[in-house]
Amino acid sequence: MPDQTTFADALLDADHPVPEGLSDAFGHKAGKRFDIYRNNVAVSLTQALETGFPVIRKLVGDEFFKAMAGVFLRAHPPEDPRLQLYGRRFPGFLAGFKPVRHLPYLADVAKLELGLRQSYHAADVVRLSVTGLTPEAVLVLKPILAPASLVIRSRFPIYDIWRVNTKADAPKPGTDPQDVLITRPEFDPGPHLLPLGGVDMARHLKGRMTLSEAMAPALALNPKADISALLSVFISTGALTLDRTDP
Amino acid sequence: MLDVTPRTDLPNAVGIGYKAQHFTDVMNAPGAVSWLEIHAENYMGDGGRPIAQLKALAERFPISVHGVGLSIGGEGPLDREHLSRLSHLCGWLNPASFSEHLAWSTHEIGFLNDLLPLPYTEATVARVSDHIDQVQDAVGRRMLLENPSTYLAFDETTMEEVEFLSEIATRTGCGLLLDVNNVFVSANNQGWDARAYIDAFPLHHVGEIHLGGHDEDEDEHGRPVLIDSHGREVVDPVWELYRYTITQSGPRPTLIEWDTDVPPFAELEAEAARAAAILSPVEA
Repeated sequence: MPDQTTFADALLDADHPVPEGLSDAFGHKAGKRFDIYRNNVAVSLTQALETGFPVIRKLVGDEFFKAMAGVFLRAHPPEDPRLQLYGRRFPGFLAGFKPVRHLPYLADVAKLELGLRQSYHAADVVRLSVTGLTPEAVLVLKPILAPASLVIRSRFPIYDIWRVNTKADAPKPGTDPQDVLITRPEFDPGPHLLPLGGVDMARHLKGRMTLSEAMAPALALNPKADISALLSVFISTGALTLDRTDP
Repeated sequence: MLDVTPRTDLPNAVGIGYKAQHFTDVMNAPGAVSWLEIHAENYMGDGGRPIAQLKALAERFPISVHGVGLSIGGEGPLDREHLSRLSHLCGWLNPASFSEHLAWSTHEIGFLNDLLPLPYTEATVARVSDHIDQVQDAVGRRMLLENPSTYLAFDETTMEEVEFLSEIATRTGCGLLLDVNNVFVSANNQGWDARAYIDAFPLHHVGEIHLGGHDEDEDEHGRPVLIDSHGREVVDPVWELYRYTITQSGPRPTLIEWDTDVPPFAELEAEAARAAAILSPVEA
């Protein structure tokens, strides 16, 4: 009499024997019949990862991705049934997966792809609009990052890498590190290149500091940061909001 | 006798499993499609396009919420967080129907994303009934429980599937979702007679019927195995079994499911029209 632990263990590991007490309903032990369930689990979760990480798939190739997804899904099955969020642990997995050690940027590119999905499903809020406001009035606002906005710091040119693998005629990636802001104006999220100091500034956009105050520590850490570039990237992309209701 | 008590607020007409790529087609020219079924888990985000689309669709069509991840047959307790997400969705959407599967999918190691089979015993009846009571309490409405497609059998099983489902419906007051393709698939895989299954089924509990496509394979003993893939059109013998079913049950809300290799809307609408042609002449 197989309990669900035995069943689940054998589902995820083809080296496990098929649990006792299961038959094909015609007098034989369940062999290939059990493999149908094994296959359903592995194929459907692999497809969920392929859908969620198309750029990683392109970077490592279809066959390698499938094999790698097989290792990942067995180590980290989804934590809950919302498959649109599956792969939260994928960047960390990539950072430690020896066969891709020669591609050290994969983990950060995976973070970017994961961030796009999180942004896609995030709560909708009214975005900060500065129309009609003087620069002085803008600088004393205390906005926060909208739920659909997030930033990623990287030692690698992840914005270029993402772009060259998703857009026709994108330039070849350079070598400089790139930090990224992900947000969406309406429904379709996209990454935006963050100027120097962007990640540090985002960290202070918690609603307690004005924009001017949030920029100060970013400027202290990055003396070459450009004030207008910083303001412009967060405001023009609609990444900010004054709405602090927790969804 | 034919029972006319409404089991859901869905119309006795044909719906389709909604796919985001069909949004514009469905809104502009639904044709034979009278209602839509969504997978609950796809609408458990906080916002964005999925929720916005669902709100727009719900203004025009009756919506059926169909859960695929609650793991009602799980040995462990139900996932409270998932149940609360489901309850939240049904709360704001107020769908015409809510249904889930007779299956398990979640274990301590995580969510396995398949509808896994159960042994049909008194102990399983008790556990599944207990879970359904909790679901109906949490969601605040009657649910429909769907018969599964199965590929293997448990030695410990002591009850027929139909007897098992009837007992659960009686104990919990839940309705049943009769997937006619699943009946066809399981009958082939288990050596049952599909029409005898329908004859024995408590059709008065049926609040919805599912139709979908399956794939054919073969096991290591050369026996054909049918796989519930939802990746192609409904085959002729399943259409015949559907006609046989509703002739006995009376008209029921009927859904065309097509979840993988999803075709253009026109093809799905043609399947819906085919179902409607069988369903419409049937008298209540």
